[in-house]
Amino acid sequence: MNEILSVFVQEAREQLAVMEENLLRMERGEQDAEVLNAIFRAAHTIKGAAGVVEIHHIEKFTHILENLLDRLRNHEIVVNDKIITTLLQGCDHIGALLDLVEQGIAEENPELASAGQALVETLRAFGKDASDEKSTVPAESVATVERTGDYTTLSDCWHISIRFGRDVLKNGIDPYAFLRYLLQLGEIVHLTTLFDAMPPAHEMDPECCYLGFEITFRSNATKEQIENVFAFCRDECDLHVLPPHSKISDFIELIERLPEENMRLGEILVKSGAITHEELEEGLRRQQAVAKIAQATEQKVPPIGEILVEKKVVQPEIVEAAATKQKLVAEKKSAEARLIRVQADKLDHLIDLVGELVIASASANLLAQKCGQSRLTEATSVISRLVESIRDSALQLRMVQIGETFNRFNRVVRDVSKELGKNIELVISGADTELDKSVVEKIGDPLMHLVRNAIDHGIEPAAVRLARGKPERGRVELNAYHDSSSIVIEVVDDGGGLDVDKIQAKAIERGLIQAGQTLTEQEIINLIFEPGFSTADTVTNLSGRGVGMDVVRRNIQALRGSIEVKTQPGAGSRFIIRLPLTLAIIDGFLTAVGQASYVIPLDAVVECLELRADDTRGHVLNLRGEALPFIRLRELFAIEGAKPARENVVVVTSGGQKTGIVVDQLLGEFQTVIKPLGNLFKYLRGIGGATILGSGEVALILDVGALAQIASQREIRQQTGNAPNALASALGAHEPLARAASPC
Amino acid sequence: MGDLIKAPATLPVSASATHSGETHQYLTFTLGGEMFAIGILNIKEIIEYGNLTEIPMMPAFIRGVINLRGAVVPVIDLAARFGGGPSEVQRRTCIVIVEVQQNDNKHDIGIMVDAVSEVLEIPAGDIEPAPAFGARIRTDFIAGMGKIGGKFVIILDIQKVLSVDDMALLVKAAEGGHEALSAAA
Repeated sequence: MNEILSVFVQEAREQLAVMEENLLRMERGEQDAEVLNAIFRAAHTIKGAAGVVEIHHIEKFTHILENLLDRLRNHEIVVNDKIITTLLQGCDHIGALLDLVEQGIAEENPELASAGQALVETLRAFGKDASDEKSTVPAESVATVERTGDYTTLSDCWHISIRFGRDVLKNGIDPYAFLRYLLQLGEIVHLTTLFDAMPPAHEMDPECCYLGFEITFRSNATKEQIENVFAFCRDECDLHVLPPHSKISDFIELIERLPEENMRLGEILVKSGAITHEELEEGLRRQQAVAKIAQATEQKVPPIGEILVEKKVVQPEIVEAAATKQKLVAEKKSAEARLIRVQADKLDHLIDLVGELVIASASANLLAQKCGQSRLTEATSVISRLVESIRDSALQLRMVQIGETFNRFNRVVRDVSKELGKNIELVISGADTELDKSVVEKIGDPLMHLVRNAIDHGIEPAAVRLARGKPERGRVELNAYHDSSSIVIEVVDDGGGLDVDKIQAKAIERGLIQAGQTLTEQEIINLIFEPGFSTADTVTNLSGRGVGMDVVRRNIQALRGSIEVKTQPGAGSRFIIRLPLTLAIIDGFLTAVGQASYVIPLDAVVECLELRADDTRGHVLNLRGEALPFIRLRELFAIEGAKPARENVVVVTSGGQKTGIVVDQLLGEFQTVIKPLGNLFKYLRGIGGATILGSGEVALILDVGALAQIASQREIRQQTGNAPNALASALGAHEPLARAASPC
Repeated sequence: MGDLIKAPATLPVSASATHSGETHQYLTFTLGGEMFAIGILNIKEIIEYGNLTEIPMMPAFIRGVINLRGAVVPVIDLAARFGGGPSEVQRRTCIVIVEVQQNDNKHDIGIMVDAVSEVLEIPAGDIEPAPAFGARIRTDFIAGMGKIGGKFVIILDIQKVLSVDDMALLVKAAEGGHEALSAAA
């Protein structure tokens, strides 16, 4: 696909999103003109752009859509749910057509064509009743025009005001000839001859012309044409052609329709035909003249618009419209200037390079320190500071707001709840929360699943809701917010909550757990994330195929995130997704145990202190009176070698819980480029990834939350022996309990 | 040791491409005194053993990870993978980087071998199917038995041996086993 087409598809999609958003707003009852106009504008833009890139089927279809919108706008037909639904389907159809374009197929395929035809029929049908009325409308309006022409004032006529110069006659020009010529263009409705310039008879020069005319002139000619009539005496007379009042609105409309380019006010007026070039030039000359005087007297120079109005070449309304237009264009221009489109893969490549740069700079730093030359060290530290800023800015480039992803769900909630006959509202909060673009792209599908589940399984039918004393209208919430080093996305519903008994029964039926197994409620609830689990009694086309939640969890884990669910019977459920802020580079804290280096995400680190034997009891440390549980990495990871005389504790926090991690050495801050460990280690817990140190060695990144879990699970197991429930909690219901893998 | 062998970019198609006459190239190496072979098309390079970072809580056959020009690549101890004990690092121990295909994704995985020998051409006619038992490794790991100079060489089905799914499940099982061990201690 060439670049123009890809830009077209992208822009058209944006416009579609705008259309959809506003259609949904309209459906919610916000039926003011602005909403409708926004929809219309979006459709119009798509149509225009499709025409430019010569994808005529999209142009044609959008045109029909636009026709209906136009009728809505003119109040010929009234908006109803059916129309909105059809319009939304129209949007989908355009989306489908765009998909084809994106795949490089310029022609629409027969399947889509017939779908489009059906839609076109429906769209036309809406217009039908109105079009019958419409056929009578033009006739009426024609009649009105005639009437005004006959009876009313001369407001619908051009007003030509001309004062001939003194020497006109001497130059052999006959003013009357102009009037005769003028008649070829239209009809002179009224003419007043002005002779107030005539001096007393004894002073009068018979060879001079003292005449002036005020002409009311009806014509379809343009201003330019009318002025051209007087072209021969243009320099010698004082000519003002004022457009008819009815034309003012035409001019204003023309001005509004002008392409959005940066133009001067005068240019806008000329382009719309409200003034001619000559008038503008004259006006500008005048402005310069005034400016000279103004400089001397320190007065303000009047803007060209004012001068033109004063000179009676144009009505003030038109100037105002032009000025507004000018401002609009300027605003739009400046907004455009703040945004540039960049191919996503270019950004990814940049981030990769920055990652390499970070590693290279770390290794240069290390070498400089070994050299011990202070000036070299200084230089490399400046470089690493700059690299750090570059890294931050580069990562910032990829951050996008989650709002766009969230807004897509307005439509989903509407469609799905309609289909199920439920009344559900979607409440979005934290739409401006930013996260890495690659995360945003991959979170859409899991979210879609959760939202659909919430609507399908979560929210009860209206009757049940009323019986339970809840408002009839269900509520699904999408929240996003930052929490230390991660971003949290929640999908909340106020439905029935998860049915623990039902889940347990199903899990036994599916062989996920044994009948006699005792599990805590939370453990049972977590079973919904197991492969092949679904509680829907009937399989709908929305959910219930049992391919859902395990895929959701896998997708989220692939993003180094986690998902948990909290539920309250009768009050609803809350799915909490925790995701890392970025997938590429983090600030780390480098520590060492024996020969191995470990990186702790700096965001998780609270403080560091020395481990003193007299402060500890078992695996609990006295932190200024606070009991802090700690983990010895040496023990947990079974690292060989004797522990050093001095051990250090890094106090970390995760999910609101503080833990101490005991290491041998603290090596300080370290910019960590995250290298994924790959699928081989997908079940490995406690290690979040790997990174490459300045020395070229690989260091592991600790997942402090998981480490604390592993440690606490081990402890539980030690206390209770190997009872089955302890095993279940040790595995944290993360793995299917019945399906243990056997080696070889 | 550096790069001993670079994998050829294209498949060497022999002129007489009848089924029995087809000849492929294999890299042979020794492991615990036995000779093994891998089809050369999967091999990316061979590097010296060293600079390995161990990963905690892993089964013995996962030796650790190395930095391969900026990418983190896991290293598998083949002897341990075949069910034996971990191999000792010897003078000629090296890591063979192999490309493994899995669900449309390509992974680079290093395998640790005692010594690489040579690249050989084995005609398809000289390859016997895997015996039902007796080879001392899982039969599905064996692509065939190649006859070289009157001796049998086990040709490994490297996609099976290095199946990421299979090994990941073992990692998971090992994690549980590790915990059970520490609980027992």
